[in-house]
Amino acid sequence: MTNNAVTDNGSWLIRGVTIPASGRQGEEQTSILLGSGSITAIGPDVDHPGARILDAGGLIALPGLVDLHTHLREPGREDAETVETGTAAAALGGYAAVHAMANTDPVADTAGVVEQVWRLGRTAGHCDVQPVGAVTVGLNGTRLAELGTMADSAARVRVFSDDGRCVSDPLLMRRALEYVKAFDGVIAQHAQDPRLTEGAQLNEGEMSARLGLAGWPAVAEEAVIARDCLLAAHVGSALHVCHVSTAGSAEIIRWAKSKGWPVTAEVTPHHLLLTDELTAGYDPVFKVNPPLRTEADVAELRRALADGTIDCVATDHAPHPVEAKETEWAEAAFGMTGLETALRVVQRAMVDTGLLDWAGVADRMSVGPARIGRLAGHGIPLAPGAPGHVTLYDPAAPAEAVTPAGASKSRNTPFAGIELPGRVVATFLRGVPTVLDGKLA
Amino acid sequence: MKRHLISAADLTRGDALLILDTAEELAHLADRPIKKLPTLRGRTVVNLFYEDSTRTRISFEAAAKRLSADVINFSAKGSSVGKGESLKDTALTLEAMGADAVVIRHGASGAAHRLAGWVRGSVLNAGDGTHEHPTQALLDAFTIRRRLMARRASTAGARGAGLDGLRVTIVGDVLHSRVARSNVLLLSTLGAEVTLAAPPTLLPLAVGSWPCAVSYDLDSELPKSDVVMMLRVQQERMTAAYFPSVREYSRRYGLDAARMARLPGHAIVMHPGPMNRGVEIAAEVADSVRSTIVEQVANGVTTRMAVLYLLLGGTEFPATGVAQ
Repeated sequence: MTNNAVTDNGSWLIRGVTIPASGRQGEEQTSILLGSGSITAIGPDVDHPGARILDAGGLIALPGLVDLHTHLREPGREDAETVETGTAAAALGGYAAVHAMANTDPVADTAGVVEQVWRLGRTAGHCDVQPVGAVTVGLNGTRLAELGTMADSAARVRVFSDDGRCVSDPLLMRRALEYVKAFDGVIAQHAQDPRLTEGAQLNEGEMSARLGLAGWPAVAEEAVIARDCLLAAHVGSALHVCHVSTAGSAEIIRWAKSKGWPVTAEVTPHHLLLTDELTAGYDPVFKVNPPLRTEADVAELRRALADGTIDCVATDHAPHPVEAKETEWAEAAFGMTGLETALRVVQRAMVDTGLLDWAGVADRMSVGPARIGRLAGHGIPLAPGAPGHVTLYDPAAPAEAVTPAGASKSRNTPFAGIELPGRVVATFLRGVPTVLDGKLA
Repeated sequence: MKRHLISAADLTRGDALLILDTAEELAHLADRPIKKLPTLRGRTVVNLFYEDSTRTRISFEAAAKRLSADVINFSAKGSSVGKGESLKDTALTLEAMGADAVVIRHGASGAAHRLAGWVRGSVLNAGDGTHEHPTQALLDAFTIRRRLMARRASTAGARGAGLDGLRVTIVGDVLHSRVARSNVLLLSTLGAEVTLAAPPTLLPLAVGSWPCAVSYDLDSELPKSDVVMMLRVQQERMTAAYFPSVREYSRRYGLDAARMARLPGHAIVMHPGPMNRGVEIAAEVADSVRSTIVEQVANGVTTRMAVLYLLLGGTEFPATGVAQ
């Protein structure tokens, strides 16, 4: 319901919305007024003549979501995704900002490339794009990239990751952790011991034994995480662990945090919902790195996300063209899309199961990732004066089976056909809708 | 029976017995001067081989030809990527040519599974990576039944009999063996008690979930084995630290004459071929009367005939009067 008679420079009044707060039962409906890029007022009686009105009865408002782990594929693999299509998918998923991973072609290991990605994000305009810089030149794990130059560039890089590859050399990892202290950086590690995972295809367990595919053992992840936690403690630097996938990893991180060490971690939506049983038909849409694990791992990851051991949900949105998946399992690319379904998956896995309330979701999907990413102007709880990044979500929307069609250029969603509850109704970026009524605005 | 034969797990006990009994009927054909039935006349069977395996390919080719099918050999060496055409495009090509059955041998586990999603005809897995090789298991079961069950059955040879109570020990590189996977599934379906004997490095970590027992000590298994099935050990496994040396492997898990002597008198020795004589099996064992290695090859043709016949639903059998 919009009122176009008198408009006030695009002010928006979101009426009848609920802002989740922790520990509060039966939250009251209120109104949020957005203007000049930020939240100007919140309250049940807030009104603003001329503002466009969005009737948000039954909806909840979350601070615009932030993804710490997105593959936008540009430059280099524009057939799979572009900054334009990837950020459109992000907006549809309720995201106001994404961190673009560095494994592009060319690799984002110089100020030039990270600034290019940053500018492409500004042009696309669907959400903010914060480039992640590579830790090592060409992701080759041998020589540090110019981390400081990327930090000082227009892209203001703070998160560095060789994601897709592990910084497995302990000395190089130590130096990277130490070096980024100078500009409050964080190393986001893709924890995978390369020797223990040579040729690895899926979780090592019953499924790998039955399918005759080389196993990706949990210990290959856990051993690197344990080492990196010790290194982070030793040099007093920030470590972020990407896509934690095993129960043992969660336990190690819980232990590291109990020591007060500067360690944070993320989990993907797919690791919160799917298990390796899905690989029985050899459909590579379920091929991902780290691999889908077991039901016991899923249960433990949910528990760790709920208790804060794992700080945030990050999609690891990894688009691939059809031909990269319509092939033999071993030939197929690793990765799944996830931006457009993340919030719905989290509702099903965490909220509908009673493990996390919506205030917790706001923390794990907006406040937490923005804090870890050192992303200024994002992940700020909804309050007067906060930036106008708002995600409006209908948790009561009836569960619907996911269809692969979306704004992403790629169709490799593992959730196709799976029923997920909820619906992202609108996304606001600096007070301007990027998504309205579930469609790009 | 299902439309495809991709895994030995696709077969119920009833399916497996039907195949073995049908193979038993067809075996008599081999004794006749004209070894051909018109059953699959006008049907097209494609042998799609991505790996060199003359032995398996000619076995399928002979089986299809003896049933009068038209056989197309499609040799696509190397990976699909290396060849420049995807497996899916090859599948669509075969589909367009009207293949009634595709026999696929491929280096990637799951390739047969994927192919079955892209073609309308029946898919027969002739070995996919380190996953399965179900017709090898069928011919092994057929061979075991003929050798060991015929004398137990009261009449008509081994027809209708399973392998109930037989103790089968499979020895060697189970981790990388499609033959072992299919045999564990099929032989246990047929009632055999399967034991895997191997160094721990060559067993899948989750082998405990399989319908079989596990032993690291071959010598303790031999006296209670009715069947010993030796798997080929590839020497390159040594470089990946699965075992220290070929000689050590051979000493601990190779079947030599001294070990063979510990077997019960009736026990048989099997090998899917090709053998590494002197590594997993000594020459005097391979050439002994216990060895069924040559029989396995002959039985491969009849067993594959039975599978092709049953999958393609031939109509003129047994009306042609196969001798009982």
